[in-house]
This record gives sequence, C-alpha cells and structure tokens, in this order.
Amino acid sequence: MLLFLLGRILRLLTLLVAVSVLSFLLLELSPIDPVRAYVGADMLKVGPEQWAKIAEYWGLDQPLPERFARWGMAILRGDFGVSMIFRRPVLAVIGERFLASLALMLTAWVFSGVFGFALGVLAGMKQGTWTDRLIKWYCLTLASTPLFWLALLMLLTFAVWLSWFPIGLGVPAGVPTYEVTLSDRLYHLLLPALTLSITGVAGVALHTRQKLVEVLQSDYVLFARARGESGLQVLLRHGLRNIALPVTTLQFASFSELFGGSILAEQVFSYPGLGQAAVQAGLRGDVPLLLGVVAFSALFVFAGNLAAELLYWLIDPRLRPKGDACEQR
Amino acid sequence: MKKEAVTTLLEVSDLSITFTQYISGLRQRTIRAIINLSVNINHGEVLAIVGASGSGKSLLAHAILGILPGNACVDGKMVYAGELLTPARQAALRGREIALIPQSVNFLDPLMRVGAQVRSGIFNGNSTALQREIFDRYHLAVGTEQLFPFQLSGGMARRVLVATAAVGSARLIIADEPTPGLHPMIVRETLAHLRELSATGSAVMLITHDISAALETADRIAVFYAGTTVETAPASDFCGDGELLRHPYSKALWQALPQNGFQPIDGSQPSIDNLPCGCLFAPRCSLASRDCLTTVPELRSLRGGETRCHHAA
Amino acid sequence: MPVSSAKTLLLSCRSFNRRQRTLMVVALTTVCLLALLCGGLLLGEEGLSTNLTNRNMPPSLSYPLGTDWLGRNMLARTVQGLSLSFAVGLAAASTSAFIALVLGLTAALGGKRLDAAITWLVDLFLAVPHLVLLILIAFIFGGGITGVITGVTLTHWPALTRLLRAEVLQLRSAEFVLVSRHLGRSRWWVATRHLLPHLKPQLLVGLILLFPHAILHEAAITFLGFGLSPHRPAIGVILSESMQYLSAGSWWLAFFPGLALLIMVRTFDVLGDNLRLLLDPHSAQE
Ligand code: SF4
Repeated sequence: MLLFLLGRILRLLTLLVAVSVLSFLLLELSPIDPVRAYVGADMLKVGPEQWAKIAEYWGLDQPLPERFARWGMAILRGDFGVSMIFRRPVLAVIGERFLASLALMLTAWVFSGVFGFALGVLAGMKQGTWTDRLIKWYCLTLASTPLFWLALLMLLTFAVWLSWFPIGLGVPAGVPTYEVTLSDRLYHLLLPALTLSITGVAGVALHTRQKLVEVLQSDYVLFARARGESGLQVLLRHGLRNIALPVTTLQFASFSELFGGSILAEQVFSYPGLGQAAVQAGLRGDVPLLLGVVAFSALFVFAGNLAAELLYWLIDPRLRPKGDACEQR
Repeated sequence: MKKEAVTTLLEVSDLSITFTQYISGLRQRTIRAIINLSVNINHGEVLAIVGASGSGKSLLAHAILGILPGNACVDGKMVYAGELLTPARQAALRGREIALIPQSVNFLDPLMRVGAQVRSGIFNGNSTALQREIFDRYHLAVGTEQLFPFQLSGGMARRVLVATAAVGSARLIIADEPTPGLHPMIVRETLAHLRELSATGSAVMLITHDISAALETADRIAVFYAGTTVETAPASDFCGDGELLRHPYSKALWQALPQNGFQPIDGSQPSIDNLPCGCLFAPRCSLASRDCLTTVPELRSLRGGETRCHHAA
Repeated sequence: MPVSSAKTLLLSCRSFNRRQRTLMVVALTTVCLLALLCGGLLLGEEGLSTNLTNRNMPPSLSYPLGTDWLGRNMLARTVQGLSLSFAVGLAAASTSAFIALVLGLTAALGGKRLDAAITWLVDLFLAVPHLVLLILIAFIFGGGITGVITGVTLTHWPALTRLLRAEVLQLRSAEFVLVSRHLGRSRWWVATRHLLPHLKPQLLVGLILLFPHAILHEAAITFLGFGLSPHRPAIGVILSESMQYLSAGSWWLAFFPGLALLIMVRTFDVLGDNLRLLLDPHSAQE
C-alpha cells in the first residue's frame, strides 16, 4: 500500500517536472518576444532603453541555460514568478481564480455524476428497449455538442430572452469585492455550472450503462437469476454494488475534461475563474501565468487520478490482503 | 420430505435451442446448440448428464431454469411435477423449487459476503439461523460468512456453492459441472453432498464431463453428444466391456476410461455449424451403415434404457 | 406447447436486416460528408462578400441562415467553416493515426524500455487537460493558424496509441504470430504480414472516430480566440463573433453554425460506430 502510494507520487513528480520543463523549453524556443507581449499596446511609448530594462528585469538578457537554472530554482522555492497581466504573483492569481473555478467545477461534477448515474442505470436496465435507445442517442448527441455552443444557447435562452440571469461576470459589475454576497455569487454561478453539468452527464451515463450491461451479463447475475431474483432485485443487490466503484472512479478520472469544459464555460459567461485566466495568459503572452496554469492543471488532473486509485484500494475488498481466510479451512 | 414412489419430477421432450449470432460484416448465422433433446428425472434420484466439455450441457440447465440469454430460441416441451413449465412458472419456481449449483466462485457476487449470498436463497424462516445451520453442516467455520468469494479456498468455495442450493428446500437441484479440475478429495466430498441431497427426496441432475464421477454418484446416466442425448441407461449398465450399453458412443466413452483399456475414440465432435444430416455420431461410428448417414435415428426404449441408434439391440 | 417466447422471435426478426441497415448508414453518412466537402470547395469566396444593404437579416428564403452585421450570407460562411473544420480534422486524424500506429507498434514490439518510454509519453500528454495543452501549443507557435492546426494535429494520438498497443500485444501472443516468429521470421516481416492486416480495421475506425474530437477541439480553440483570423470563417470564430450580437437578439448567428457543427460531428460519430459494427461483430452482439 505504502509502496504503491510512493510509486504513484514519484510518477506524479516525474510527469510534473517533465510538463514544466517541456513547457518552459518550448516557450523559450517559440518566436514570441516576451517583452513585446509584456509591453503590449504601449509599444510605441517604450524606448529601446526601457525595453532593455524590462528585459533585464525579467532576466531575459541571459543565455538559455542560465535562465532555465534560475527558473528551476525559483520553482523549487515555490516561486512561479509574477503574472504580467495581473502584476501579482502567479500563485496568488492561481489560488484566487482556482477557488472560483472550483465552485463551478464541483457543482457540475456532483450534478453530472448524480444525474448521469441515474440515467445510465435506467438505460442499462432497459437495455435494447426504446428508453435505452433514447438515452443513448441523447448522450451521444450531447457528447458531440460543442460545449461553448450549448453555453451560448443557455445564455440566449435564460439571459437574453427570459432575462432570468445576468449576461456574465462572476460578480455584479461595479460592486466592490467585499460587498458581494454569497447569493450574488450563487446567482452568477448557476448558469455556467448548469451548462457544464449537462455536458458532463453524457460521459457518466454512457459509462454507467456499459458497466451495468457488463454486470448483467456476468456469471454471478446469471446465478442470481437462477436463484429467483427479479430484475429489480438483481439491480439493487448486485448491480449497484458492482458498478458504483468503477463509475465513481471514472468520475474522478474525468477531471481533465472538467477542466477543459470550465475553460469554455468561463469564457462564454465571463466567469472570472482559472480557465479564463489561462485563456488571457495565452492570448496576451503572460508566460509565467501560462506556465503556472499548465503545471497546476496537471496537478489537478493527477489529484483526480490518484483519488480514483485510492478509492479502489480503500473500498474494493479484492485488493485487500487475503488475510486469515486461508487458515480457516 | 417424505420418500415418494418412483415418479417423474421433470420431463424434457424434444428440446431444441438455437442462437442467432453476428459474424464479421454483421452477417447473421444460426447455431443449433441443443437438438431434440429428451430426458427425464425422477424424485430422489441422481441423474448424471455426461458429455465432452463444451458440448452445450450447461444450456440444458439454463433452459430448465429459463435463464437463457435473449438471442436464444427455445423449442420443445418441459413438464415439471405434472405441470407445463412456462416462462412464468419457471420464474416462480427457480430458486425455490429448482436450484442451481454453479461451477465456480465466479458465480458468486465478488463484492458480497458469502453468508449474505447464501441467505438470499432462503425465503421463509429465520435466515441467519438457517444459514449458520447449513454452514455448520458443511463444516464451514463461523467466520466464513464474513468472507468475500475471492477469499475462499477451493474446498470452502465448493461447500459454499452446494450450501446455496441446499439451504432452500428445492425439489430439483441442478449441479452444473460442480467438480471442475478439483482435488480428488474435494470431488469425493462434493459428490457425497449431492447424494445426501437426493437421499432427502430431491432429484439431483449432475451435469459433468467426468464419467467416473458420474458413475460413482448417479442412479442413471444420460450420455450427451453434439447437442442431444444419445443414450439413457442405469449406472449399473456401465460395466464389463460395456456390452450392456446401447449406443456405440457410450461404449466408446466407457472403453476410453483408463481402467477399461484406454482406447480413445477417433475423430472429434462435429462442430455445431456443420452438423451431419443423418446420425450425429455417424462420421465416427464403426457400425455406421447407409441409413445412418441419411436418417436421424429416433430415441427409442430398449432394455430399460433409451437410445438413439438404428442398430442398437 | 413450445416454450419459445414470442419475444425472442421478435428480436431476431427486427435484427434480420441489421447488416443492410448498417451498410446503408455508412453509405449515407459518407455521402453527406463528401457533399459538405464539395459544397465548401465549390462555394469559394462567393457569398462571403459584405453586403451592407442586407445586414442582420433573420433567416429567410433567400438567406436560409440569415445574414450577419456585414450582410454576409451565413449559410455560405457556415459551409466554409465546416469545410475548414473538415480539413483540420482530416489533417489531425491522419497524422494522429500515423503517429499512433508507429508508436503503438514500437511500444508493443520494441522491447521493455521502449514500451515504458512510450507509455510514459502517452501519460505525459494525458497529464494536462487537452484544452490547456492546445492553448500552450497555439501560444508557442505564435497564436497563428499554424499554431492551431499543429496543436490539434499533434495532440490526438495518445488514446489511439494505447488502443493499438494493447491490440498488438494481444496479437503478438496469438498462435500464428508465435509460429511465424518460431520459423525465424523477422519482427518486421511479422509486423507487415501479420499485424498490419489485423490492425487495419482498428486503425480505420480509430481514424474516423478521431475526427469528432479534432473538429470539436479546433472549434473550441478558435472560439477562445486563438489562431484563425476573423476573416477566415471557422465555426469557432463565427460563434465567438456572434457573442457581441446576441444581446441584440441575433440568435441565428449562433444557433445555426453551432447546430451545423454538431450535426457534422455526430455524422462522423455515427459513421465510425457503424463501421466498427461491421468490422467487429462482437460489439454488435449485446
Ligand atoms: S445410428 Fe448408426 S451411426 Fe449412429 S450410432 Fe447407431 S450405428 Fe452408429
């Protein structure tokens, strides 16, 4: 168990390091001039002297290995640098933005999990019937739907036509942060979270359905039926028990898509989360922030995968040691 | 249960099972897994159904219980305790009157403690007490009920599987290959349990590929070949050189046993998608005549048994 | 009385024509996709010109999908956008399939070290959310159209690589391959004579099923503002532009192009699934 955990964490480290190093090198080799990206629209007002100063300030005048070493040392100290757009430490920006995104993603995660599971169980039990076909068709179509388009439709329907919701922004415009209430936040969270949940349902439902169909074809369900259990009894006694774990695991392993989805949803609803920050960093050439987001998202995805595996270890009795079972014969 | 006179409990006549399958390119093909099978079983007897592995014997068990997969098509007639066995009747009987002993622990829910799984076969009475009692009868320690199937040793698994059927009050118990590749000691123990069950008046249908296990336990033996029964005979007919046996395949099976000369039969069972049109055994039969190649022999009674051979006497 | 239930009979009747139905679906989807591609090529620049007298028209007979704020025909823009998506999808799918084939074969046949290295590489690509990876690559390439196309092209191979690797590993232990190896055939000989023919169906289906992913990602990344210039009617660009006009009520600017994209993606999906059914009947047995 401990060995397994250590191995996993070691793997995380190699992957994280590799992601960071590769991103850094690629960014360095790219034709983008970070100073120009930094100066942006003020280009004409900046003289060559100032230009050089800025370059020096960011350490851009030094050769690549040197910069790499400096960057590496800084990272090890937990210093991801200063975001060029926000003019604040990258970690602070990420921390604040991530909390906003987390609220969004968590809501969507829970909702899509619950509804997807229910839908999948229904389809699996009714396998081959019209109910099943309808649910399958719905989920497959949902999976082909561009998330940002769905978000636009939601915006059109609920914000433009029905005027139930604001057109965007995580908080009301023009109100200082400390005056924003919890209900304000919830109000602005609802629409993007709903969009994200709707698309999330497809994957969970299809996976649940498939697992349930597999379970229903298993030998132990055949035996259960031979012992007179009805369809519903089979589901309650054996079905749910055997699909709960793989489905929950998959839900944890889907953090990657969740993150991607939140980027798009945040963009449409102008929700000030981490995804929006990533887009801005990319568009406006904020290298430190972009690097930070890449590393952080990798960490996020890994956390999901680790949680999934830990769950198996904790819950599935088959992974436990055989224990005293053998001595009892 | 009181000992009843020799009366038929279950009568299967002309049972056929076909499957539709998709092969490459989504073309369909039909597979005839069981063809015109007839067999009956009496109260309080052990009937063994013996045939090579992979010859579809399990399907007979599933057909009696009504748990064949959806792409199976069943034809024929089954009468249980004087009543026609319809799907509705099967649903009401399975688990209560008709019980199955499966071949391996894979038939137990891997995530459910075995005690609970044995208890789910009890429909009235104090289930915990009954389960404890049966575990005690089969020498399963008290802690066993808390174990998961994967934690059981081979012998324990076998006893638990028998317990799942014995715990109810089933009148027909179908043991589907209950001794696959087990230690001889465990085999003997399991077979003894089956005999015990029949001694209480239940009918036991033992489906196996192991002819010596069948001979040790059964009152009557039905020999299964290429999807049908070719002979039904009292176990006592399997003796000497097999001269009391009626069908050439039964004789060959008997003579192939180590203690009877170890003479193997040439050839192999016909594949189910390419069956001969006459007698199914004709390609391997030394007695085959022209008739045998063109007409299917009917099942007929002969010397207290039944056989499906033109030339049997 | 026969025990046979009417239900089983019914089941077998309904699926009797399954082969024909599947073949038809395959043919139909292929024709639709080809028609779309031809439409995009034929339409050319026509209809993309600005026409200030017909601005912001809702859908009508002469403009089935309406016009935008410059009076451009939205139908023409949408078809153009879709054929661009098609092209990007094709580039991405074929490149990714090629990479996946090479890496999958190498991983499965090249020994333990190579296998570990390739598995690690796959994990590396899957370690970062796909969209973040696309943003990173688009940025590295200077944010232009090259960035977007390279990004989409170079990031869709990991899943297929895994699949092919597993497939080859399974094939490798198959009897006929073992016999061949025993007869002293070289790895290369076995790979080209035995493995490739068996992998072809997987590869074809994998290739087609890559399209939907690639197309959706291309649309997403252009929607976010990376890569393609506003003059190029990519679906993502059209949709992101439409956002400014939504509050004014120009719903058709967003609705139809997105719907068209959805239909195209779904068509690829259906095509891929049906091809798989034809080539791998086990998945049809359920
Ligand atoms: S019917 Fe003919 S071929 Fe068949 S077993 Fe009898 S003798 Fe042999």
